Amino acid sequence: MTDTALIGMVSIIMGGLTIAIGSIGPALGEARALAEALGAIARQPDEAGTITRTLFVGMAMVESTAIYCFVIAIILIFTNPFWDFVTASAAGAGN
Amino acid sequence: MHALDTDILWRWGDSFVLVNKTILFTWIVMAALVIGSLVVTWRLSSGPRMDRWQNLLEIVVSFLRREIRQISRQNPDPYLPFVGTLFLFIAASALVDIVPYFSSPAGSIATTAALAVCVFFAVPVFGIARGGVVGYLKNYIRPSVFMLPFNIIGEASRTLALAVRLFGNVMSGAMVVGILLSIVPFIAPAVMQFMGLIFGMIQAYIFSVLAMVYISSGIQARETQMQKARQRAEKAPHEHEVPSPPRQRRGTPSRDEVHERDQSHEKGPTND
Repeated sequence: MTDTALIGMVSIIMGGLTIAIGSIGPALGEARALAEALGAIARQPDEAGTITRTLFVGMAMVESTAIYCFVIAIILIFTNPFWDFVTASAAGAGN
Repeated sequence: MHALDTDILWRWGDSFVLVNKTILFTWIVMAALVIGSLVVTWRLSSGPRMDRWQNLLEIVVSFLRREIRQISRQNPDPYLPFVGTLFLFIAASALVDIVPYFSSPAGSIATTAALAVCVFFAVPVFGIARGGVVGYLKNYIRPSVFMLPFNIIGEASRTLALAVRLFGNVMSGAMVVGILLSIVPFIAPAVMQFMGLIFGMIQAYIFSVLAMVYISSGIQARETQMQKARQRAEKAPHEHEVPSPPRQRRGTPSRDEVHERDQSHEKGPTND
């Protein structure tokens, strides 16, 4: 198997795994936060504004781990530095 | 990937000065905001009959003031220009996204990194303006000296998170629409674009709220519990005399009080 094929295969598999595994944790966390916030709003409807704002901010924090994973997956698939290096050096060797 | 940064429209010399789509769209959004606000505020009225666009802007501004006041528990005036600009820029660029051939400049990491760097520098600027250099620097050794490295790491990582969060959300929305266009080209992309409008608004809200939270954490950590209790004790007897100066408003005013003050404050300048 050539270098480019190996790097391409590993990058694609790892890109999929990164976003798949990386989204499990934030999904569970956000679901739990939302459920707790809904319970809190049901108990204290007067505080709905404060709870909603805090919920948004907290969810943004929780979500950022998933977004890191997404960015890593995007880098692996679309702008992979190792792929660029190998193809550039192969082109250099061909000349 | 998204061709925002690589689509170069104009260059001068050896790619030292160049205009790509990100810069062009940023300028378009900025021009739309500035010209729109100038046109709307050309003829302001303080009476009950007002232009509908003036009404729109008043809703936006009073919403921002209310949010900033509730987050920082202070007079929102010093923070309104900065935080409001962040919100308006991100929200407007998300809204203009539905125009054909236009895509939100927040889908480029360069734009979001620039916005996050603005927040990074705004935190010490507001903190020093409020509490002095020593007062601000003391925040870093709070609660103890051992937390100094963690505070510094936190400062850097939250800036990175701010940039990557906005970029990831906007870019992934655009990318999902692009992928759907090649699979189900009829109804589904429009639905996703509609979702993108909602998420763009939420992202603008989150970005500006987080900026305000960081700014107010740089200010408020200086205030000890003792000072707070003393101020509340001072404020309680003569609460109904005069509108207290902004420094003493830092207790926890109830919501009715805040609302009343907000309205009375906003009526003031329009009458003269």
